[in-house]
Amino acid sequence: MLAILAVWEAACRLLHVPEFLLPAPSVILKAALAMSGSEWAGHITSTLRVALEGYTVSILISLPLATMLALSPILSRTIYPILVVIHSTPIVAVAPIIVVTLGVSDLPRVVITSIITFFPLVISTATGILSTPDELVELSRSLRATRGREILQIRLPYAVPHIFSALKVSITLAVVGAVVAEFVAAERGLGYAILFATSTFKIPQAFACLVVLVMMSLILFRLVVTAQMLLFPWSLPREKRA
Amino acid sequence: MSIQVRPAITFEKVGRVFGLADGQQVTALRDLSFSIAKNEFVAIVGPSGCGKSTVLRLIAGLIPPTRGRVSIYEVAVDEPPDMVGIVFQKPTLLPWLDVKSNVTFPMRHKYGRVTEQDHKLARELLALVGLSDFASSRPDELSGGMQQRAAIARALLLDPEILLMDEPFSALDALTRDEMSFELLRIWTERPKTVVFITHSIPEAVLLADRIFVMTPRPGTIAEIIDNPLPRPRGIDTLADPVYHELTTRIRNTVFARPRAA
Repeated sequence: MLAILAVWEAACRLLHVPEFLLPAPSVILKAALAMSGSEWAGHITSTLRVALEGYTVSILISLPLATMLALSPILSRTIYPILVVIHSTPIVAVAPIIVVTLGVSDLPRVVITSIITFFPLVISTATGILSTPDELVELSRSLRATRGREILQIRLPYAVPHIFSALKVSITLAVVGAVVAEFVAAERGLGYAILFATSTFKIPQAFACLVVLVMMSLILFRLVVTAQMLLFPWSLPREKRA
Repeated sequence: MSIQVRPAITFEKVGRVFGLADGQQVTALRDLSFSIAKNEFVAIVGPSGCGKSTVLRLIAGLIPPTRGRVSIYEVAVDEPPDMVGIVFQKPTLLPWLDVKSNVTFPMRHKYGRVTEQDHKLARELLALVGLSDFASSRPDELSGGMQQRAAIARALLLDPEILLMDEPFSALDALTRDEMSFELLRIWTERPKTVVFITHSIPEAVLLADRIFVMTPRPGTIAEIIDNPLPRPRGIDTLADPVYHELTTRIRNTVFARPRAA
């Protein structure tokens, strides 16, 4: 990592790369420090809030939806094609429409983020629920347990490894969703800051925002991994357990 | 043994047809009639696809018969009965619960709560299957044989009259398999149950059972019911008994004398 930064810095200085093409790391750092702490905090919390709200909404919708899709062939036949259509629509193209429809507030941004994150969650959760061994379903039937207990005590726990692999994909998508939403309509946030900086040719500042975004994604991803390790250690391969 | 009044399990001309996805119908079982006495140990042997597991699922009330009647203590089975415990081919323990919680799981799953009484019972059962020291272990920390012991303890939790075992030792290595057979005999002696034991291993059936039902496939039916004269208690010495070898050979000939499923 440090070596890459050193090469980058050296290349920019020795080859006299113009700042608006590729700023050197030192220039990016200077631009980052030029922005005030409160300015940073405002942008970061705004983006983080949209990403996390969208992510939460997405989880709350997709887990029950996936359970219903997995267990009801009729629902699966009718709703699944709709989900595929929604997922196939380029979100960047729909985002302006959503903003017009829902008005300028956090709501359209949260909706855009949820749309981008929910598909992997639904697919993986449904796959996980259907991967429950037949014998356990038979055990449940032989005990004449209720459907609710079958889902809560057997099927959903069985889906946990699948759910977490989707949660890891979705948390980074949530940051993408938040930025896309901010590109379309926002007056704060890291996506907005990048758009604003590039429109005034402050490329180093845009790069600074980009670096912060990447770090945000990495930290959020790490948090999901840690949550799985702490809450569901059994769902990980043995050598990866804490 | 022959003067049992009320048989534990009765099949009267039972048939079972499965519809395939392409509309074809497959006769899995045809015209099965037999009865099994209380605390009798019956083994059902036959090649793959002869409908052995279907017999088990009929007794467990997991599927209904297409024809005829399956009854337990003269009551027709129309839903999964309370007095049946099942052990599957794979242990299928829940990986997120420790061994003891896996054993008490049927209680939690059926009634939504586990009492102190159940915990006590679970400890007794773990002692019975030789897993006392592993109560708080996770299933994946146990060997295949130990996992299957835990599955047997789980099946015994609700104190079933009838224990159904679907090729329970077939996923184990040969040595563990023999050991588990002796263990099962010991457990059955300590806690007599009516056992229906599905296997494709003839020696295993001869070692364990009072009677052996030999099944042939397509359509699945019982070719022969063989009384096992080997004395009890049986153990490692039984394997050296000439009767054991005679019977194994005789059953093998019955199975191979008929056209087999591919």
